[in-house]
Amino acid sequence: MNTTEAPTLTRKDFQSDQEVRWCPGCGDYAILAAVQQVFPELGIPREKFVIVSGIGCSSRFPYYMNTYGFHTIHGRAPAVATGIKMTRPDLDVWVVTGDGDALSIGGNHLIHTLRRNVNVKILLFNNRVYGLTKGQYSPTSELGKRTKSTPHGSVDFPFNPLNIAIGAGATFVARSVDVFIPHLKAVLKRAAEHKGSAFVEVMQNCNIYNDKAFAALTDKTGRQQNGLYLEHGKPLVFGDNKDKGLRFTGTDFEVIELGNGKSADDCLVWDEEHANPSLAFQMASISTGDGLGDFPVPLGVLRAVDAPTYDAGVIDQIDELTTARPQTLDQLIHGTDTWTVDAGGNVHRGAN
Amino acid sequence: MTLPIAGQTDAGKAAEATVSDVVIRFAGDSGDGMQLTGTQFTNTSALIGNDLSTLPDFPAEIRAPAGTLPGVSAFQVRIADHDIHTPGDAPDVLVAMNPAALKANLRDLRDNGVIIVNTDEFTPRNLKRAGYESNPLEDDSLNAFRLYQVALTTMTRRALEESELDVRSKDRCKNFLALGMIYWLFSRPLEPTIDWLRVKFRRRPEIAEANVKVMKAGWNFCDITDAFQVRYDVEPAKLEPGTYRSIHGNSALAIGLVAASRRSGLPLFLGAYPITPASDVLHELATYKHFGVTTYQAEDEIAAVCAAIGASFGGNLGVSCSSGPGIALKAEGINLAVMVELPLVICNIQRGGPSTGLPTKTEQADLLQVMFGRNNESPVPVIAASSPANCFDTALEAVRMATAYMTPVILLSDGYIANGAEPWRIPEVEELPDLRVDFHQNAEGFMPYMRDERTLARPWAIPGTPGLEHRIGGLEKEDVTGNVNYEPENHDHMVRLRAEKVARIVNDIPDLEVDGPQSGKLLVLGWGSTLGAITGAVNQARADGLTVSRAHLWHINPFPRNLGDVLDRFERVLVPEMNLGQLALLLRGRYLKDIETYSKVEGKPFTRDEILHRIEQMAGEANQK
Repeated sequence: MNTTEAPTLTRKDFQSDQEVRWCPGCGDYAILAAVQQVFPELGIPREKFVIVSGIGCSSRFPYYMNTYGFHTIHGRAPAVATGIKMTRPDLDVWVVTGDGDALSIGGNHLIHTLRRNVNVKILLFNNRVYGLTKGQYSPTSELGKRTKSTPHGSVDFPFNPLNIAIGAGATFVARSVDVFIPHLKAVLKRAAEHKGSAFVEVMQNCNIYNDKAFAALTDKTGRQQNGLYLEHGKPLVFGDNKDKGLRFTGTDFEVIELGNGKSADDCLVWDEEHANPSLAFQMASISTGDGLGDFPVPLGVLRAVDAPTYDAGVIDQIDELTTARPQTLDQLIHGTDTWTVDAGGNVHRGAN
Repeated sequence: MTLPIAGQTDAGKAAEATVSDVVIRFAGDSGDGMQLTGTQFTNTSALIGNDLSTLPDFPAEIRAPAGTLPGVSAFQVRIADHDIHTPGDAPDVLVAMNPAALKANLRDLRDNGVIIVNTDEFTPRNLKRAGYESNPLEDDSLNAFRLYQVALTTMTRRALEESELDVRSKDRCKNFLALGMIYWLFSRPLEPTIDWLRVKFRRRPEIAEANVKVMKAGWNFCDITDAFQVRYDVEPAKLEPGTYRSIHGNSALAIGLVAASRRSGLPLFLGAYPITPASDVLHELATYKHFGVTTYQAEDEIAAVCAAIGASFGGNLGVSCSSGPGIALKAEGINLAVMVELPLVICNIQRGGPSTGLPTKTEQADLLQVMFGRNNESPVPVIAASSPANCFDTALEAVRMATAYMTPVILLSDGYIANGAEPWRIPEVEELPDLRVDFHQNAEGFMPYMRDERTLARPWAIPGTPGLEHRIGGLEKEDVTGNVNYEPENHDHMVRLRAEKVARIVNDIPDLEVDGPQSGKLLVLGWGSTLGAITGAVNQARADGLTVSRAHLWHINPFPRNLGDVLDRFERVLVPEMNLGQLALLLRGRYLKDIETYSKVEGKPFTRDEILHRIEQMAGEANQK
């Protein structure tokens, strides 16, 4: 296959000629811009990118990227992406999905793709609502939410997407926010560099059906007061003036006010590479993600560990056996037990 | 045929008789190894050069309670010195390892047929389990048959007196005692099975040798005692010169897919989820990794087909294999492949239904499902294999259509031919169709939905090709550009275009051939696995002096170009189907021809005689007019 040497690419190289048809003000625009800015920085030729999506507002994403793209069916993008990556390891495969697509109809494919550690990057745009079908509650909608399908309030307990990913054994789990552009770009870059399944939850505002769902996190004061920016090897401090921190009691996280004898030294030092996923799970659990609880919203990389990928395992096995057991098609067709009928009608065991 | 009770006699030896055709059924508990015993007898007979046909019949439960009727597993094999088409309507010989096996199979046995029973299992407890009120070996109920009572378990233990194996392991060899006896009775050599045992159990030689010993004991028991008065032989069939092997349908399908992969230059990717009776295709292809085959046991049927679509997008030969319930789940994925126009082969190894139905039994009732079981106008080529060996050619033809026309193709098989075996004349690799595929490379003027003038196929432009970056998806496409488009005229055009593309396949498929008179009173038309029974019945009807023609469909969508003409040339058309008339419905709708359906939905294939009787009945009606 012919491939070009990676030329210097720019954001423009990744913009397709298609008119972007998300609602004005949709958080997806910011995410699209961030991806178009990050891709040229990865040193990968444009023709090597494949973006696979399912169904929903977020899943229109591939049409707007000037790469190879596949807008598949509801919930199945991880399955299609797995087939691509298993057979074409040279390609850089990204899945774009939403909270309904990935966690409701496609939950099975998501967990199994993460479990296998298929080397694909999964971006889950979480706006906590069904947008394309015009405003029903989703598996991440908060309890009590009133929507068209829950006029009296939802009694349906929501998922925490990060915990689904961690529970499924994902080797890279991170979270960012549509409007936190530099942070989002940094997280996307980390995901791109990870070898194995990378799961990124992007909090995304749907200004039509669930406006300001993350306002407590994204407004001017919320960014500092309610965002916990995880950094590997750094203590867990947050707040306007880095005046708060998170201590780990051995069973739980607790918020402590820094000063008065308490310092960053009293806070847990974040370890995204911790072998046991329990701590990442517990970290993900401190907040539902909207910034409204007693705890800040963890953002950044919760977990990043090295593990063999499924696709490499499959390909290694094929390569190994192809070398170890050379066989012709003719030999395969013949099998082991044959008999031959000669022109005289005599039968003898074996081939001619 | 009925086995003769007398033959040529040498002093002191059993009489010998040559028969042209014999049907043997091995029946026992699910754990008794009947499938293996039958397969060994089949393979040995194949190596002798007999024509043969097999019919395994086993329960859905892996080990139903021992000794009960639901737990009975049977394997029928017919061997002949001439060309045969079915595994036989009624066994001449029944090997019954316990009372339940006798009870479940006796009604099929030919009058005066041979029964060999393991008397050790005819205990009051087992008789009660099988629902016998009195011991059939002691009352007169088996008088119409030739009953041979053998203490198989006792003899097995005695043969292995010096073996170190525990009693349970020893008892598991008893099927080989029965096999040794049957080998003697039909004058077969033991060597092929001995060779097989020594390879199969090369890491546990004590098991191999115990089975060899027991099998020889069975043989010697017959040779030394006068248990049987007559011994039979079936001479080799006069098959066309060539090299042969015995092959199961699922195996022929798996090998056919590998052959198609090699001939097309496309690596094979199989996405599958375990399901009876299709799993053996996954199992077999999983052993062909050295041919560059990727097998993927997905989390579900949906993921299996979606991964195959992903593999096709990337330039592989994407295949998914399942049975009716799984095909139902794949419908949306198949429809995606219709819309994005990617090659894909979906194999449906049909079984009894609806719902979970009869997992281990055969039926051909998914025809309308694969034709129409997707939302909206969703044309998909359909091709049906007609015999175990034919699965090989069918796989190649399915791949040809998929890649030449950039379309998903459905390949129908069923439990009967999937698990049945027959001799297969092995083709030369050079004789196989050339399926080479060229991926689109030229960026100049490239549009993802531009089309080949003749086939209407769109270009296969795979990721990684510079300058061909494009997006595909399930939303309606604008003609040529492939951009998302909701305009009414474009949609109408695209719906017709997709239909026309599949219809054009008719241009390179063979016309339907009629066997026998090209016009006349009666045509028996079939599709799929009914080929053997129909051929046998029509040949017999002709031998009996009736005039009847026969044809068999391979391509079902599109139908061969001359099908309408063929139907018009006959006064009556009989379509035997293992469903309630699905092909007949398609034919009536397409050709406005009155089709007479002969339905059977028992989870079992047609017997030759069932179809023969229907032909005779129709001939009788014609005479009365």
